[in-house]
Amino acid sequence: MADLKARIAKRCAKEFQDGDFINLGIGLPTMVADYIPEDIQVTCHSENGFAGIDSVATAENLDVDIINSGGTYVTALPRVKYFDTAESFGLVRGGHVKATVLGAMEVAENGDLANWIVPGKKVAGMGGAMDLCAGCPEVIIVMLHTQKGAHKILKKCTLPLTAEKCVSKIITEMGVMEVTPEGIVLKELHPDYTLDDIKAATGCELIISPDLKPMEEE
Amino acid sequence: MINKIMTADQAVAGVQDGMTIMVGGFLGTGSPEVLMDALVRKGVKHLTVIGNDGGLAAGQPAGEFGGKTARGIGKLLEHHMVDHIIASHIGVNPMINEQVAEGTLHYTLVPQGTLAEKIRAAAYGLGGVLTPTGVATPMETELDELGRQKKVVEIEGKKYLFELPLFADYSFIRASVADKFGNYYCSKATKNFNYVMAGASKHTIIAPEKIVEIGEIDPDYFGVAGVLVEGIVEGEKKWQI
Repeated sequence: MADLKARIAKRCAKEFQDGDFINLGIGLPTMVADYIPEDIQVTCHSENGFAGIDSVATAENLDVDIINSGGTYVTALPRVKYFDTAESFGLVRGGHVKATVLGAMEVAENGDLANWIVPGKKVAGMGGAMDLCAGCPEVIIVMLHTQKGAHKILKKCTLPLTAEKCVSKIITEMGVMEVTPEGIVLKELHPDYTLDDIKAATGCELIISPDLKPMEEE
Repeated sequence: MINKIMTADQAVAGVQDGMTIMVGGFLGTGSPEVLMDALVRKGVKHLTVIGNDGGLAAGQPAGEFGGKTARGIGKLLEHHMVDHIIASHIGVNPMINEQVAEGTLHYTLVPQGTLAEKIRAAAYGLGGVLTPTGVATPMETELDELGRQKKVVEIEGKKYLFELPLFADYSFIRASVADKFGNYYCSKATKNFNYVMAGASKHTIIAPEKIVEIGEIDPDYFGVAGVLVEGIVEGEKKWQI
């Protein structure tokens, strides 16, 4: 499982270019930062109030005035800019944060995303997720392809949405998919799986790209 | 010359049962602890509290850096002083879901960016804001914090939610450094809601970690104008872990 998550995070890290300003969600999305190549400069947004997350703080370098959006004490890069919540989400809604990387409970073939609430279960709240999904030009979903076999990529979401038609790309252990006006296009398939495997694990039609490639890890 | 310096107990003396207060902070970072402690001493009940989240319970976050006491709004929840919380996230402090299950607390969820803009609209005289956040989600259909239906406005083919201003009786803010007029700034990631909440309430009270004389530091450092501040409370300390 840990290997599959690392595979997903490594592949996602290839999505970014020198100069990008991005937001990484909690959990698997946070792992993506570990695989961004050293030779490109990517700035990570912490929605609670700064641009330029460095890494998790240690007892030696901890500053009680710096947490990330998960409440973890972190350090900031020398080029950091701190801001208040209004400016932070102005950057988000204004489309200045190029991409957000998030997990999902359900993604629909039209790009609808559900990842914040399960009716009847304990409520956590959306935090900044709805703003990020409504505002960022690219919403990249990183997740295991199914929930213990149950489909997560569907014709239509059954759970309340986080935002509609927002997802641009889905990266799982099985492959890389793009959400297009025609539907979900499989661009890369991991060599551990066949086309039949990934189709069976997907709850909507998968359009197979004419230039389908193997999903690269390195 | 007007003297804004007061004790925490004087600053909260006017807070009555059933009032609405705003509290700065994000999971406790940047919350005015001396003001929370004073509210607990006063024992005021049935508050409506506006903040990003429910602060932290004692021991949170888990691990070696967990706090010894509850933090921020967590102190008010610990003493069952809150009837209604208006926040973007209620999943971290377990006291919220416990009190909701007990039937003593209810909540209104507002997306984080929308929450900031609703507060900013109240402070800065806007009739509301139009945001794409929440369109086609439960935010579009659920009633707002005062039980009002939201309007959906379409502009040049794009849908927005019309979100109304969010006012309160008191704004309780933590500053890092303030001068004796109330000009202040908040260090690093403690800014969060501590800038927009100034002026969104009838009374704005700040608890700075450090209070300096007027003119002692370069005014360009200040993030918020002291003209919005009614009370400056001494005694706020750097968070201890």
